[in-house]
Amino acid sequence: MCQVDEEYQEELERADGPSVSKKCVKCKEASAAVVIRAGDTYCRSCFKEYFIHKFRAMLGKNRVIFPGEKVLLAVSGGPSSCSMLSQVQEGLSQKAHKKLRFSPGIVHIDEGGAVGQSAEERQRKVSELQAVFKATGFPFLILPLEQVLDLPSSVVETALSPLEPPPSAYKAAVDRFNQTSSSDYLPPQEREEKSLPDVQKSHTQLLQQLMGSAKTLTAREDLLNTLRQHLLVHTARTEGYSKLMLGDNCTRLAIKLLTSISLGRGAQLAQDTGFSDSRYGNIISVRPMRDYSAKEIAFYNHMFNVPAVVVASLDTKTSEKASIQRLTESFVTKLQTDFPSTVSTIYRTSEKLQTACRSSSSADHSDRCLLCVCTLDTAVEKASAFQATLISEQLSQTKSLGCRNPGQSPGPVKPESAASTGQCCSSAGGEDCGRATSGGGCCSLTTETTDLKSLLCYSCQLTIRDMSSVDHLPLYILSEAQRRQRRAQMRDEISEFLLDDGDEGIYREV
Amino acid sequence: MAAPIAVHLEFGGGAELLFNGVKEHHVTLPSQSEPWDMKQLLVWIQRNLLKERPELFVQGDSVRPGILVLINDADWELMNQNACACLTAAGLDCSVGLKPAH
Ligand SMILES: [Zn+2]
Ligand SMILES: [Zn+2]
Repeated sequence: MCQVDEEYQEELERADGPSVSKKCVKCKEASAAVVIRAGDTYCRSCFKEYFIHKFRAMLGKNRVIFPGEKVLLAVSGGPSSCSMLSQVQEGLSQKAHKKLRFSPGIVHIDEGGAVGQSAEERQRKVSELQAVFKATGFPFLILPLEQVLDLPSSVVETALSPLEPPPSAYKAAVDRFNQTSSSDYLPPQEREEKSLPDVQKSHTQLLQQLMGSAKTLTAREDLLNTLRQHLLVHTARTEGYSKLMLGDNCTRLAIKLLTSISLGRGAQLAQDTGFSDSRYGNIISVRPMRDYSAKEIAFYNHMFNVPAVVVASLDTKTSEKASIQRLTESFVTKLQTDFPSTVSTIYRTSEKLQTACRSSSSADHSDRCLLCVCTLDTAVEKASAFQATLISEQLSQTKSLGCRNPGQSPGPVKPESAASTGQCCSSAGGEDCGRATSGGGCCSLTTETTDLKSLLCYSCQLTIRDMSSVDHLPLYILSEAQRRQRRAQMRDEISEFLLDDGDEGIYREV
Repeated sequence: MAAPIAVHLEFGGGAELLFNGVKEHHVTLPSQSEPWDMKQLLVWIQRNLLKERPELFVQGDSVRPGILVLINDADWELMNQNACACLTAAGLDCSVGLKPAH
């Protein structure tokens, strides 16, 4: 059998060899250079046209970005985000057929500190990227991830969005845009010259401690994503951008989607993988690359010399079973190879998903997850994975801790936090003891760190559970956690005096 | 007997990290009784160039899924499927590019 097969193939090769004879399916003249999806062969110029058209169509169809709006492109340096950058450049150029009309800026977050790169390595990558960014003429910012440690708590609050714009707003923005000149996005000189701001060694160490406290690669990757997202949103806000453009491609989103499901982020799927994501209120993230496969992007970049910089990530050179994210990735890439159409089916599924509680966007931000800022999915029915995890945790809790905390209500509790909370009142000092003023002694302090979980969605709870200690979390997260806990406690204390607490579902169990 | 052939190999998109960070390799494949094909080339690369973690580069007798292969700047999927493109027919200075897709 095997032999027959081989002979057959050899014959075929001899017949047409690698000098390609297949024709392009579009123009039917030029010889094909790339196979996209199953069997569609495109020549170079038709492929280019198809690629560019898809980008404009994606933005045009969704009408999320207004003419003249400031849009911040998050460029990691990888193929996908660099391709996105080149599409924006292409779309803004004079010769473009349907010109894009927003005003772009670039942000790159240097994660070298989190993945353990040396200062020299980081500097080298940064200067490579600087060269790429300078060539675009767009204003750009290169920030070390360490800056996430200095963020204000406002990041994790959802700034309310400036109400849904009326249908006429798009038209008005077009008119306004047409009156002003379009070349006002020239880079401010002093910023262009700014290299990577000096990173304090102590900051890098803090960041590494934080990453190190995550015991699994899965949790580490999840944590890194969260921190990166916070820094991106904060940067967009402080620099006056209203949209954040992310380079996630269809392969990446299919991986993210399956990972999300495995990590228990089912409730957030729509926002995690959709075209636009409004969880941060006034900063809306868009993913214009979501219709491209990684392969299309790699070929486009190769054929049209789109520069990309290899940036090491946590899982670079790790084996495929190192984390859930990596495992899913290898599953999806294998699928892509063997069943090319399945991958787009996976990610198209995400378009059909809607979160039931999504309408409650007007709700107060304390019912958002402290880490990923999605709507909390923890106020759910009895028969859910979340409840099951809780119950099993409580059972093991009662065994190991006994009645150490008699006053504690059967709310969400966290077994291994007992160790870290024990230290907190003696060592960590002031910050953690803030709650002492509100009446509780050491006992209530214990509840405090423990209760970090009650502020998190199911998936982020799992991540936190994989961390040896939450003490290394950046201050902005910890202090916001305290603020929310104080509020919850206060609300709890006065709850009997409130006439209507019908809409306070998540506080019932506290 | 197939004559020795000169091949220009280019690794990109991070794949070069597995080859000591060297992106371009000009190599000469020795003469052998059968014509060279991709399957054999991969084995040869693995034996002579690959510095670490072969499992990140090859799988079975083909490249790991997710790594793109271009032969003379065209998608190797155009060439009668994976491991069988015949290198000799492409002439003496055939270039093979390999890059991961993401
Ligand atoms: Zn064509
Ligand atoms: Zn969350």
